Amino acid sequence: MAKIESNLKTMVLSLLIVCTVVATLLGFINQLTQGPIAASKLKAKLSAIQQVVPEFNNNPSEEMYTLESDLGELECFPARQDSVLVGTAISSLTNIGFSGTFTVMVGLDPNGVIINTSVLEHKETPGLGSKLLEPKFKDQFPGKNPETNVIKTTKDGGEIDAITAATISSRAFCDAVMRAWEAYRQQEVQ
Amino acid sequence: MSRIKLFTNGIIRENPVLVLLIGLCPTLAVSTSAINGLGMGAATTFVLTMSNIVISSIKNVVPSKVRIPIFIVVIAGFVTIVQMTMEAFVPALYEALGVFVPLIVFNCIILARAEAFAQKNTVLNSIIDGLGMGIGFTLAITLLGSIREILGNGSIFGQRLVSADANTILVFILSPGAFIALGYIIAVFNQLRKAK
Repeated sequence: MAKIESNLKTMVLSLLIVCTVVATLLGFINQLTQGPIAASKLKAKLSAIQQVVPEFNNNPSEEMYTLESDLGELECFPARQDSVLVGTAISSLTNIGFSGTFTVMVGLDPNGVIINTSVLEHKETPGLGSKLLEPKFKDQFPGKNPETNVIKTTKDGGEIDAITAATISSRAFCDAVMRAWEAYRQQEVQ
Repeated sequence: MSRIKLFTNGIIRENPVLVLLIGLCPTLAVSTSAINGLGMGAATTFVLTMSNIVISSIKNVVPSKVRIPIFIVVIAGFVTIVQMTMEAFVPALYEALGVFVPLIVFNCIILARAEAFAQKNTVLNSIIDGLGMGIGFTLAITLLGSIREILGNGSIFGQRLVSADANTILVFILSPGAFIALGYIIAVFNQLRKAK
């Protein structure tokens, strides 16, 4: 079959047809994947909340409120067991990471003591950034109260041992934890 | 050219990364670990094969003056499908590959194959070419990812080879290490091809 001649009519028509077909197909696929995408996002958030607060039986996403911080609003998820507040998961962030913003879920008990932490999203160097998830670093946080413990790397005069060769990421992690705690304390003062 | 030769063409003689040196941007940026390389390779292979099929089957009804925009729309369509499917079913991989999934659209391997091969050949040959090129790309990027992960992080496919405290050669995880490792791979590959 010979190639179709390139004139205005054929060019406009062929582009129109191709674009329409592709757009229709994408709309269809979008409908198929919308549900699973929303579900997997919600699941990731819930599992991060579960990691940082004790057992709860309410739906923290429904009771979500926001706290002010210098980097914008932080989402807070109160966790209740039989309507008693057992902890609050705060989605905190920092902009002093090695690259891009770095979000951390911080769990605080009602007194402001750190229950646990979990990295939500980071663009730190692969391989190094992931060391923030290892127990050696992470286990330094639970049980510390930023009121009395200095949440800074030892290099900065704090109590947290930084990860070798990832001082910046470690520092950023401490910064995110402190931001969550400060926002939480501010709310208590009010 | 026989079909088998056509298939191995993309893997060895015209390996897109190691011989043609195209599509280097995602290769260098994504290959920080073996699994990222494999995921990127698989996504690219899928897009490449599918776009080759479509382009070779519509080649006779596409006016040649608007062929590039049409190819790009087809490719972008498949990339978006891959992106949405990945986000829905393998969110961890989607997060690791980040911005490089949508950027598959601009991966020159795909447009180069559409332009240089699919628009001149039959559907079956284009499928073989797409698979061969895709697998060649996947092997190269996974090899690069493995080397960088072993040297830079002391692990392979996430399995630790040395203790977490051991000193590894961090530069291989960072961008300069990608260039150094790729340079050596290309040198060795060329030597092997010459020797044959």
